[in-house]
Amino acid sequence: MKNCARRGSRDWVENIAQVIFMVCAFIAVVAVASITIYMVVSGMPAIFEVGLGEILFSSTWAPAAADPQYGILYVVLTSIVGTVLAILIGVPVGVLTAIFLAEVAPAKLVVFVKPAVELLAGIPSVVYGLLGIYLLNPLMYKLELAIFEGSVTHQFTGGANLLSAVLVLAIMILPTVINISETALRAVTPSIKAASLALGATQIQTIFKVVLPAAKSGVVTAIVLGVGRAIGEAMAITLVSGSSVNVPFPFNSVRFLTTAIVSEMGYAEGLHRQVLFSIGLILFLFIMAINVGLGRLLKGGNKHE
Amino acid sequence: MKKNSKLQQILAMAGAGVLMMGCLSACGGDADNAGSIGAAGSGNTSAESHIEDTDLSGTIQIVGSTSMEKLSNALREVFMEKYPDLTINAEFVGSGAGIEAVNNGTADIGNSSRNLKDEEKAAGAVENIVAIDGIAVCVDPSNTVDGLERQQLIDIYTGKITNWSEVGGADAPIVVVGREAGSGTRGAFEELLEIEELCVYANELDSTGAVMAKVAATPGAIGYVSLDALDESVIALKLDGVEATAENIKSDVYFLARPFVMATKGEISEQNELVQTWFDFVYSAEGQDVAAQVGLITVE
Repeated sequence: MKNCARRGSRDWVENIAQVIFMVCAFIAVVAVASITIYMVVSGMPAIFEVGLGEILFSSTWAPAAADPQYGILYVVLTSIVGTVLAILIGVPVGVLTAIFLAEVAPAKLVVFVKPAVELLAGIPSVVYGLLGIYLLNPLMYKLELAIFEGSVTHQFTGGANLLSAVLVLAIMILPTVINISETALRAVTPSIKAASLALGATQIQTIFKVVLPAAKSGVVTAIVLGVGRAIGEAMAITLVSGSSVNVPFPFNSVRFLTTAIVSEMGYAEGLHRQVLFSIGLILFLFIMAINVGLGRLLKGGNKHE
Repeated sequence: MKKNSKLQQILAMAGAGVLMMGCLSACGGDADNAGSIGAAGSGNTSAESHIEDTDLSGTIQIVGSTSMEKLSNALREVFMEKYPDLTINAEFVGSGAGIEAVNNGTADIGNSSRNLKDEEKAAGAVENIVAIDGIAVCVDPSNTVDGLERQQLIDIYTGKITNWSEVGGADAPIVVVGREAGSGTRGAFEELLEIEELCVYANELDSTGAVMAKVAATPGAIGYVSLDALDESVIALKLDGVEATAENIKSDVYFLARPFVMATKGEISEQNELVQTWFDFVYSAEGQDVAAQVGLITVE
């Protein structure tokens, strides 16, 4: 009898726990679903009114003019170019750091490097932006002055340019790339590493021919999340990129999809405001496409696994 | 392996969600800020203000300048707290339309962010200046240029002049700093210089503070801010030889300023009791406080 009662109460606890898990899991789903619906509802009207082609393929952004123009071609290009460049810098550095931490570094050094990386992840993005303004921009301005000395066609930006934003983004995605790649690398079964070494491969050969391919899936996830972080970041780059709508050349002042929303939402009205929501929707679709598409593309080779 | 990749997909989706939420909350925050300027004004003053004991009730119709939206809404909020039975309807369609609405009787008050034209006055509109919007042009502290002519300022902002040596300064490129589209300061600056949408900005920043910081930190930078935001970190330029001070703006010798007018048809004393109450409030210390809080120069 006693035993039976205990079992009953245990079932009860099990059931409650299950419900709690369900509710928690549901919160994320509800959040994603409601955000999606909200973005579509508030982003679509302006797309219909202005025209998707006009928004995406016109390069003139003059939302407050008497005859307003809502072309975000340069803004989209900036987001793509900026993210690609940040990935090209951030991913190799990040993955190599992860390899160093997981495979090469002596334990004493890991104790020192690992917290530094974790701290990097904890620094608020606005702090990256401030450092960008006070350290990176002045340096970049010196470089700009040296490169474009005497140029009459170049518009001087005081160091607030695409390159500054790319460098800030590259540093910001490092912790994401490092942490997830490292976890993936550490999860590789030691036996295949041992087999490779036993067959006479050097440590470097083992890392690049055996461990890295085995951890491919995790590394790809790291890259995808890195891209997501880079394309979605606003606060840090709004401070260092200059925020003028221009062709994304390294020393031009540029505006990203995110900064386009943040910088003008304050006073925007009417159609201008609606177009900003449309930009949000476009950004949202970008991130969705990257998450689903990029992962599938990069992992395409090992579908059969 | 398959399970693993599914987990990653979920992880990735969650990541996207978090990113979007971050972005949304940032935007929301900005929008809130814009809306709360009026509220901040009222928050400060409402501590002393109390509901006036009057039997006034009715509606005041205000139509006019989009630039005066911030001021009008801030004033309206505090006013309606004091007179809960009075309703203020405000539409922001442009200065010209506002004055026309007053003159043809469809509005009690016409907002105008410029002086009235002679033909508008002839049609009966009276110019009641309630505040003045002043803009200072500033450069970094190491700049040797201490003043600009109107045409030089126009040429700098439209990209015709790109080096300080062309206006009597050192041989250094000019970094043109301005505000984002939709900003009232940018609207006023471009309107007063008649260079709407012709400006070539190297930096479009989204707050007065950001403009000040950028100008202060960048050798060769030039920027514009509301007069009340000026501090020692930058140097305010003389324009046409006139220093940017509240006194010079009030005496109308500094050209980068514009009056905020609430026009009425006939003098204020000829208006109905409601409108007179409104102007009593606007010209009171409390009303002028609100104007100062939205960054304007008050009128005595």
